[in-house]
Amino acid sequence: MEDIVLHIDDVHKHFAGLHALSDVNLDIRRGETHAIIGPNGAGKSTLLNVCIGRLEPSQGKVLFEGTELTGKQPHQINQLGVVRVFQTPEIFEDLTVLENVVIPMLSKRDGAFSLNFLSRLDDQADLEGEAVKMLTDLGMGAHLQQMTSALSRGDKRRLELAMGLVQHPKLLLLDEPTAGMARADTNATIELLEQIKGTGLTIVIIEHDMHVVFSLADRITVLAGGRVIAQGTPDEIKGNPKVIEAYLGEEPV
Amino acid sequence: MLSNNKTKDVLLLVIFAVFVFSGPILMTPFGAAYPDLLQKFAIFGLFAIGFNILFGLTGYLSFGHAVFLGVGSYSAVWAFKLFSVNVIPALALAVVMSGIFALLIGFVSLRRAGIYFSILTLAFAQMSYNLAYSVLTPITNGETGLRVLRQDPRYLDAAFGAEIGAQLPPPSLFGWVMTGWSGFYFCAIMLVLGFALSMVIFRSPFGMTLRAIKSNQNRMGYTGFNTRPYLLSAFVISGMYAGLAGGLMAATDPLAGAERMQWTASGEVVLMTILGGAGTLLGPVLGAGLIKYFENIFSSYNTSILNDIFGFLPDSIQYVVVEITSLFVGEGWHLTLGLLFMIVVIFLPGGLMEGFTRIARIKGTASSKGVANSPQRDVVAESEIKATPSNTQPAE
Repeated sequence: MEDIVLHIDDVHKHFAGLHALSDVNLDIRRGETHAIIGPNGAGKSTLLNVCIGRLEPSQGKVLFEGTELTGKQPHQINQLGVVRVFQTPEIFEDLTVLENVVIPMLSKRDGAFSLNFLSRLDDQADLEGEAVKMLTDLGMGAHLQQMTSALSRGDKRRLELAMGLVQHPKLLLLDEPTAGMARADTNATIELLEQIKGTGLTIVIIEHDMHVVFSLADRITVLAGGRVIAQGTPDEIKGNPKVIEAYLGEEPV
Repeated sequence: MLSNNKTKDVLLLVIFAVFVFSGPILMTPFGAAYPDLLQKFAIFGLFAIGFNILFGLTGYLSFGHAVFLGVGSYSAVWAFKLFSVNVIPALALAVVMSGIFALLIGFVSLRRAGIYFSILTLAFAQMSYNLAYSVLTPITNGETGLRVLRQDPRYLDAAFGAEIGAQLPPPSLFGWVMTGWSGFYFCAIMLVLGFALSMVIFRSPFGMTLRAIKSNQNRMGYTGFNTRPYLLSAFVISGMYAGLAGGLMAATDPLAGAERMQWTASGEVVLMTILGGAGTLLGPVLGAGLIKYFENIFSSYNTSILNDIFGFLPDSIQYVVVEITSLFVGEGWHLTLGLLFMIVVIFLPGGLMEGFTRIARIKGTASSKGVANSPQRDVVAESEIKATPSNTQPAE
């Protein structure tokens, strides 16, 4: 049997009559990079939100390594090892770049709550060392002490990614990591994601840019109108007439 | 790199302690060097430091913090009545009781954020204030206020066979009485200890987590933090500070009245914190000192004092100047305070501390520019130690 990390079982989500998701079944295998694509309004973001506890499914359930995620608080889901990287950077604007990266490390190390007020931040050399290394690897070593509100858009995105990666997630959910990026930046991001992929991390990626999808994905799921219309390897998807009709046809690659 | 280094913090603490303990000398030129007023500076400084741990770090604006001040005072007076004139049981009871109250009020109020949280805390405060005047009269002694009487049991003192003379002795710590100058020094020690604890909290992972909650609470959930216990802890800690301040009030003057819990008292600590600089270590103490100074010194000025001050001017001009300035002193001190508050909020949203930071930055040498600091740093203190230019985040 395959090693399934995330099992989405018959999930429906209705918003006041709108069927954002209908009968979605999806298995994410350990170690794979799974892309979820589809035209605008296909339900990709809704599906992601259901996975991280932002939305409750109207019907069906989501299992992560056998644990049901439905009804869990976002922080509980994160503590299980499911980490989401947001499309619009949701960083802590009043904190420095370094602090932004240390924050997720604290929740990873000390749990969802820790009344840890007797130790000093500058004594946490292990956290600081790893955070500095992560930021340096992502090319942000020069910005460690900068307030994040002063960062460029691209840097905010990279910071957002760093905040996800330092938690050493079991499952990383990426929401359009290259949306609005120039081609050069997109290529740099693809390279970065390829490296991350090389570490054996399980990744779910939502993406519009077919160039990104076909460079990274091991398998692809196509959503349209809240339904799964196709699933398979990139080559299978490329040749699937339903996909071409629903998606690729109207948005040339 | 994550926060000030230890040496700098210890230096800041030492400088702070020296300032506090030399208060009687430093305040002489300002006409404020008398024990009752300096006790108030220290007590309200402590109150504001505690309030700042909630408001400054998490951004949750409580409008009912005076409840804990009142609870602390009542608890302390009861401890003086029931146990001993020694301040240890009184202050311990004050801190524990206010902590319990903070736990209950915080548990309910923290279900909401923003303005709704503020309104809930205000509602609790007004409820407590009115209850103290009505149904709780057996505990609070209503409008008369709760006071220590000669015939109170004082079981602990009785058990140790302590004699009370014809006159009721003032609260004390093993003979260290809480009135006058010795009372001030006790309050000063408490203030320095309270400041040290707040510094420890500010520099800890817990403190940084609170600042992150202030910055983006929603994101904290997706980052794996359960924010509510963090907020509740901050609320309880700041309530306990307020309880300690209330207990000290009762120790220096063993009388507790419900007016201590009125909303104006809750509003005052908000003003102190914002005036000095919310989220900074020193700001709340400065704000508390400034407001208490205005309340006690400016309000005591009258026309004859002003005539003395402006006596060097020609009579006609002196008359005009005195007429104008008299609007701002005496009963008019609120006007001065209001104007000062407006000026600070409009031009220095980060409070007086932001003003000092700007001055420090202008003065700073250009040797190490380009290094931005996190707002938890006390730039004034740093620049005293070493002239380092730095940027702080303008407050929201």
